[in-house]
Amino acid sequence: MGKSVLTSPAIMIDVRDLHKSYGHTVALAGVSCSVNDAEIFGIIGPDGAGKTSLFRILASLLLPDSGSALMNGVDVVKDYEKIRRMIGYMPGKFSLYQDLTVEENLYLFATVFNTTIEENYHLVKDIYQQIEPFKTRRAGRLSGGMKQKLALCCALIHKPEVLLLDEPTTGVDPVSRKEFWDMLRQLKKQGITILVSTAYMDEASLCDRIALIQKGRFLGIDTPQGIISSYRRSLWSLHAGNVRGLLENIRSYPHVRSCFAFGESHHVAVEEGFSERDFQQYLSSKGYGQIHLEPISPTVEDFFLDMTIDN
Amino acid sequence: MNVIEVSELTKKFGSFTAVDHISFDVKEGEIFGFLGANGAGKTTAIQMLCGISNPTSGKGTVAGYDIFKENEQIKHNIGYMSQKFSLYEDLKVWENIRLFAGIYGMNDKEIKENTRRLLKQLDFESERDTMVASLPLGWKQKLAFSIAIFHTPKIVFLDEPTGGVDPAARRQFWEMILDAAYKGITVFVTTHYMDEAEYCDRVSIMVDGRIDALDTPHNLKQQSQAQNMDEVFRKLARKAKRIN
Repeated sequence: MGKSVLTSPAIMIDVRDLHKSYGHTVALAGVSCSVNDAEIFGIIGPDGAGKTSLFRILASLLLPDSGSALMNGVDVVKDYEKIRRMIGYMPGKFSLYQDLTVEENLYLFATVFNTTIEENYHLVKDIYQQIEPFKTRRAGRLSGGMKQKLALCCALIHKPEVLLLDEPTTGVDPVSRKEFWDMLRQLKKQGITILVSTAYMDEASLCDRIALIQKGRFLGIDTPQGIISSYRRSLWSLHAGNVRGLLENIRSYPHVRSCFAFGESHHVAVEEGFSERDFQQYLSSKGYGQIHLEPISPTVEDFFLDMTIDN
Repeated sequence: MNVIEVSELTKKFGSFTAVDHISFDVKEGEIFGFLGANGAGKTTAIQMLCGISNPTSGKGTVAGYDIFKENEQIKHNIGYMSQKFSLYEDLKVWENIRLFAGIYGMNDKEIKENTRRLLKQLDFESERDTMVASLPLGWKQKLAFSIAIFHTPKIVFLDEPTGGVDPAARRQFWEMILDAAYKGITVFVTTHYMDEAEYCDRVSIMVDGRIDALDTPHNLKQQSQAQNMDEVFRKLARKAKRIN
């Protein structure tokens, strides 16, 4: 009877049964989760699911109706002043001072938190160097990609333990998005816990764990792989010579549960009783040719879409 | 017939060349994807095409009107929506429709009849008097798109219409775009979602103010020996020298 050799990771964020309503509109209907130290934890959900309310409560900018949230043991309501020193928050909307320069914004954020740019420069160096050629430009005149890099620098300059990133890559091109996620991985290595929401499903698969949120509730919390393996339907990829009216025709086929466009092919989720041959014949009878149909493994996006249908 | 014809279109801001001699045509009824990294010059190019910014040099027509001399006619024959600006949040659904339709010169009778038809089509009848601010983002985008084509323009410009929209709402939105294109409205669209690039008839990719590639998604993938448009985009955009 020895001690367990397994050490569970320390919990950085502990959320218990958070509720928040605005009048009759329920934003959070009781969400709970714990986020480990130095974990990249993704919040994935449709618009209006409650993601931003959760971020604002954790950032101590919004009071929950009930429930609690602790960060490294510190309560986000009672000890909000401490919380604000512990977190770096990047809201969904660009919220820096548009009429201050790049350099002035960073200086301001450092000063407000009683630190200096020099003291924590190592944390932002890789990112800041990319925008340094424009340090005298006003923030309002930066391109989308540069704004986002500056916002991340400002959120990091006081060396937070936790980064709260509310849709940081919305409107950002694929190359800059990839660079942004490379940066997040570097920050994780430095021990920073990252809570991030996104509408890009390829980014969900880059998180250590994700929570799927819908109508103010978490529907599941797992690794991306775990989420995918809980997908219980049979999924097919379909490619046809012409696509006009194809979606409607597939959707009206009896054993089809759902059909969505995925780039140049369609993903078809089917119910029991589905026969590949009958389906092929059906499509031919509707005038579709060059049909290529094959079974495929689901992605997080397929899971998400399936979840949306249920609700 | 071409709805857009542009030749050597250029825009300079001081010593900075935002758009650098771009030439292309867009055919009637086509879905034309206008891709590029942040800062590549897309927005500047769209502003010139919509008649809100004068080119430094080059020539072109949109919906048959000269982009230098006939800005006002262009504005009446196009539709426009972007993620940043689409609807007035503090107006009701019907008030937004009324406002934009009026700006585009539709008469009261047309507006009344078409508003009823549109709300029914969108299944929005119960939301007629709802403030736009309280609609979910996906609904707002659908409404904004419907309003952008309410006056049946020849071409509609969509500047990142699906930014931040969840996967289900994004697909519903694209089903609307395809439907509009089938009805003959030409669609000029920018996006950062590369699966959406696949839905376009042709795609151009801007790098540092120039158009570096223009073809069907199928041909672009073949030329770059890429599996998907994401890979095509990364290969081209990585060549950019401009910092953004």
